[in-house]
Amino acid sequence: MRIAKIQASFRRYPYAWQIGLIILAILLPLPLGDYYRTVAWRTGVYIMLGLSLNIIVGYAGLFQLGHAAFYALGAYTAAIMNLKLGIPLLLTFPFSILIAAVFGYLITRPILHLRGDYLAIVTIAFGEVVRLALVNNIFGITGGANGLSGIDRPNLFGLELRQPIYHYYLMLVFLIFTIFAIRRLENSRLGRAWMYVREDEAAAEAMGIDTTRVKLMAFILGSGWAGLCGALYAAKLTVISPDLSRFLESVVMFSIVVLGGTGSIPGVVVGTLGMVTLPEMFRPLKDWRDAWMGIAMVVMMIARPEGLWPSRRVRLEIRGDQEEANPIPAANS
Amino acid sequence: MSDPTPPLLQIHHLTKTFGGLMAVEDVSFDLTAGLILGLIGPNGAGKTTIFNMVTGFYQPTSGEIRFMEKKIGKLSPHQITQAGIARTFQTIRLFKNLTALENVMAGLHHRTRMGIWDALIRSKSQRQEESMIMTEAEYFLQVLGLAGYRNELAKNLPYGDQRKLEIARALSTRPTLLTLDEPAAGLNEHETQDLIAMIRKIRDGGITILLIEHDMKMVMDLCEQIVVVDHGRKIAQGTPEEVQKDPFVIKAYLGEEEK
Repeated sequence: MRIAKIQASFRRYPYAWQIGLIILAILLPLPLGDYYRTVAWRTGVYIMLGLSLNIIVGYAGLFQLGHAAFYALGAYTAAIMNLKLGIPLLLTFPFSILIAAVFGYLITRPILHLRGDYLAIVTIAFGEVVRLALVNNIFGITGGANGLSGIDRPNLFGLELRQPIYHYYLMLVFLIFTIFAIRRLENSRLGRAWMYVREDEAAAEAMGIDTTRVKLMAFILGSGWAGLCGALYAAKLTVISPDLSRFLESVVMFSIVVLGGTGSIPGVVVGTLGMVTLPEMFRPLKDWRDAWMGIAMVVMMIARPEGLWPSRRVRLEIRGDQEEANPIPAANS
Repeated sequence: MSDPTPPLLQIHHLTKTFGGLMAVEDVSFDLTAGLILGLIGPNGAGKTTIFNMVTGFYQPTSGEIRFMEKKIGKLSPHQITQAGIARTFQTIRLFKNLTALENVMAGLHHRTRMGIWDALIRSKSQRQEESMIMTEAEYFLQVLGLAGYRNELAKNLPYGDQRKLEIARALSTRPTLLTLDEPAAGLNEHETQDLIAMIRKIRDGGITILLIEHDMKMVMDLCEQIVVVDHGRKIAQGTPEEVQKDPFVIKAYLGEEEK
């Protein structure tokens, strides 16, 4: 299988791949026009959103179908602080992260004991609650159904970030940091704790791991990171609306993680290319995106439930005993 | 000599009801540090319920559990493990898709501290802690004779070794009291003998042991104290010899003689 080959070479020459990909990402927008630069920017933002959701869904094994709510909260925090308090946009970023993370904590704390589908339903409801609160102009600061407009352009040492290419590079800085940070988290004490919780929560608890706390950490980090993406969105578009918290947004993020490969960073990249980039590049595909998303979901669940580029572990969890009788040849690893 | 040291584990009038069903009724016993105590009884007698209360998976309806003189009845399982009681499960509950080493590393989680920030910058103390976790996990694999399976996925281990890995994982939490839920279930005669030797070795290392077991021969061989429960009540306690002669125990296991 071709993907398996790429995966193998990825593992064998990690640095070559990493440096190569970073150089590619830096050069990528240069030959492109503004439209495709914006597509590249969107891709990057969704990769980050996917990675943030991947902490919750992929690492800790929890359902979150209302992730877009935190994206919206981040965008609104940046916009409101900029419009009402006159704070320069780039300085609102930490607050976007903080507010989204705090809400991530407040919302999930009482529902953490729920499992599987029940958790999924509550998170869907939460996404809708946020959207409706924004539509209803809560506290008179969200601008109702029209949202907020006229947000300042971010200003970096006197350079006003107006062109898509500036936003692309601003996004890229955060994206590279995100991937770096998540890789380190994955291989840390907390990353292992997520793995234990995902594998067997009762056993993790019996090992002295405070599973509630570990799950909360996943939600807080994931939500905060989505808040950062929201702030990046507000900075580029300068116009935001409650649509950011649509259920469909959450579904797109969830699909990115699940179709790409739960728990895997390259999986999220692949998932984003399929769910976001392709439809943006080919208009007809965009019109049919919802249908294509549905079909892709069904086909994937039947043919490759672990995703296109799965983490080895999640693949084992999903395929499980099926493959025990027929182990992957050793040459693969 | 001063006062005798109080028992490590004290169970007082422990009762657990599920709805209207009385699963455990007014059970009391003490466990002195350094002993191997077996909790036995026919199927459905309430052994596992008692076990789950001691390890925090159930909360007692009434009664009290004291561990090192502290009340632990209302603590959650991870707090109890942190207090020094480790457990294994009746049906093996390893992290199946993780390696043997990673399984054992789980027990070190609560004894280590490094947070997100240290993980991000890979601080010196974080790297030291990670290598300490690794070394100690390897040590426990070695103790149980599982060093060869270091990088093997837990689910690929032979059944008997999976049982051992569960014990290694429990030991890595550095417990004062190790509780084993039917550790010999599914093992053959040879493996059981192996296990008995291993449990003795663990006890000689200073860890008190509470175990539930169905294999009578093993219990009589291994345990120094036995508590017998039936229908949720304690019916006897004593050394293996005493318990074997106890008329209530004989009745519970063999049924009443026909008159």
